[in-house]
Amino acid sequence: MAIIIDENTHVLVQGITGNQGLFHTRQMLAYGTKIVAGVSPGKGGTKAVGVPVYDSVNAALEEHRIDASVLFIPAAFAKDAAFEAIDAGIKVLVIITEHIPVHDELEIMALARQRGTTVIGPNTFGIVSSGKCKIGIPPNQFFVPGHVGVVARSGTLTYEIVANLTANGLGQSTVVGLGGDRVVGLSFVDVLEKFEKDPETNSVVLVGEIGGNAEEDAARFIRKMKKPVVAYIAGKSAPPGKRMGHAGAIIERGKGTFAGKVQALTGAGAAVATLPFEVPALIKAALRNQGIF
Amino acid sequence: MVKFPVKLFEYMGKELFARYGIRVPRGKTAATAEEAAQAAAEIGAPVVIKSQVLTGKRGKGGGIKFASNPKEAQELGAAILGMTVQGYRVEKVLVEEQLQIDKELYVAITIDGSAKRPVLIASAQGGMDIEEVPEDFIVKVYIDPYLGVQPYLAREITRRLGLSGPPAKEMQRLLPLLYKIFKEKDAELVEINPLVISGEQLIAADAKVTIDDEALYRQKDLPRVEERTPLEKMAHDAGLSYVQLDGNIAVMANGAGITMGTLDIIQHYGGSPANFLDAGGGTGMEGTAKALEILLATSPKVILINIFGGITRCDDVANALAKVKKEKGIAVPVVIRLVGTNEEEGVRILKENGFEAYRKMEEAAAKAVELAG
Repeated sequence: MAIIIDENTHVLVQGITGNQGLFHTRQMLAYGTKIVAGVSPGKGGTKAVGVPVYDSVNAALEEHRIDASVLFIPAAFAKDAAFEAIDAGIKVLVIITEHIPVHDELEIMALARQRGTTVIGPNTFGIVSSGKCKIGIPPNQFFVPGHVGVVARSGTLTYEIVANLTANGLGQSTVVGLGGDRVVGLSFVDVLEKFEKDPETNSVVLVGEIGGNAEEDAARFIRKMKKPVVAYIAGKSAPPGKRMGHAGAIIERGKGTFAGKVQALTGAGAAVATLPFEVPALIKAALRNQGIF
Repeated sequence: MVKFPVKLFEYMGKELFARYGIRVPRGKTAATAEEAAQAAAEIGAPVVIKSQVLTGKRGKGGGIKFASNPKEAQELGAAILGMTVQGYRVEKVLVEEQLQIDKELYVAITIDGSAKRPVLIASAQGGMDIEEVPEDFIVKVYIDPYLGVQPYLAREITRRLGLSGPPAKEMQRLLPLLYKIFKEKDAELVEINPLVISGEQLIAADAKVTIDDEALYRQKDLPRVEERTPLEKMAHDAGLSYVQLDGNIAVMANGAGITMGTLDIIQHYGGSPANFLDAGGGTGMEGTAKALEILLATSPKVILINIFGGITRCDDVANALAKVKKEKGIAVPVVIRLVGTNEEEGVRILKENGFEAYRKMEEAAAKAVELAG
């Protein structure tokens, strides 16, 4: 099981011949991801890291079954590449690209909604079903199979927490990066729903941050969940009105504050870690409570 | 990298509105008291003199005044120019005709991140902060980016606002234009508050426009407003995300979330961060060296570097540190947490150059707080 992607997911890489595309295709192959094809307009018929390259998504689809596509495409061209994949009928789209204009993101989401495409990102590290399939850019060595589901808004902070889980003997079912932009495809609630249903997942770590109301929305769903949820929220010390890197990470008009999020999550029954390294102990305690660990 | 949405001054927003056919008051900008007097004479008193600063609540801060003749406009212009409103220095004022105000409305288009859609918000109760208007008096409509604001939608919103007669017709004309600006200018927000009913006309008495900075590459004709400090600008140009804070522990990490987390841990141990600096993923030697120079420029008591190397290579970070130390000297203690890709090599280079590396971020943070005293 695991969610969204697994060992049978056939993956397409759009922008496979660029620096990022090549580097991460190599890393994903090393992790065991089934990359069946790449797209790079004008480079059809060649190979990149041993993977056949096509001029268009449709040309790749004529030769392969494709379940998911990952985009390593510069921001200015990302909308077109996303449209191409969605229009071709690909059901899972992982957009790694950062700096995409928000109006382009709005259009991508509108088309994806219409066609029933699952979009992860933009501005995400991607998604890893540990030991089965990695679509994205996280370092391979920290992601080991297990039963903790992880869903996050930020990248390196997630690696930090996943590395802590792994070091404490807690492997992961699936780790999902929603993306750091204001408009992204999957939400916390979308992913929590899937984790709640996934037989391989026994607990969930939610890595949030200040700004927006994604964590508050998540809290309303967590209230109904049977599986334990541990949360960590970054940005406790951030002053209002200053954007901390991510487009969403800003406290405006007193909304999206650390205190508000912690209160919502705690009220919904989630345990909230004060510091990242406290997460594994809280997961273990929650599992012990349920007689699992 | 940090996103700095670009806010436009009111007069710039109004110029944009006028270009798209939205009515704005007759007005002129002035940078001196004499210019303010001249503008008042040209427009015809009475006039309103509005400080041009990127903040709301200007009226409460004394940044908006009414003048009944050019002489008074000169005196009030002199008083407002150079004053500080909500922390912003006034460099320019906008001198405008005083409107006959029959009613004040509110209208804005922005982005709802949760809904992943543009949203149009309107109210027949304008003039105040929309957050203070009871929800029953707010019309909120999500917009499909493929449809935009069609005439039927403009009619429906106008109906729900309870408008009739000539102002209703004006509103039906205005809403599609406002969406056109929002879309064509890559805006994150276009807001008119108040939108004034003046006789038979609807006039935008204020203009708040924020542009998505990720789209500036295709918005070359928009005016640029610099809201950043010099260091913030220098960091931005180097591809780093930097925000100035007021503590004494300079911080650098790789990733927005982990940088925030690092600041939180510093505060947790009783310390105070001097900045937020996200060097991003995959920052090489050059970027790291630049980041260090920026941190040194703030004269901190301690520098804390927290690197979890994924795409970022630990040896690159270590080499950058060694290089800056050799070439420029580092007069303050540096506490480094270094794990991940090429960690062993990185730690070895650090040792050779007299730096100690920590494996855990909480231990490094505690040490930095101790050194900062």
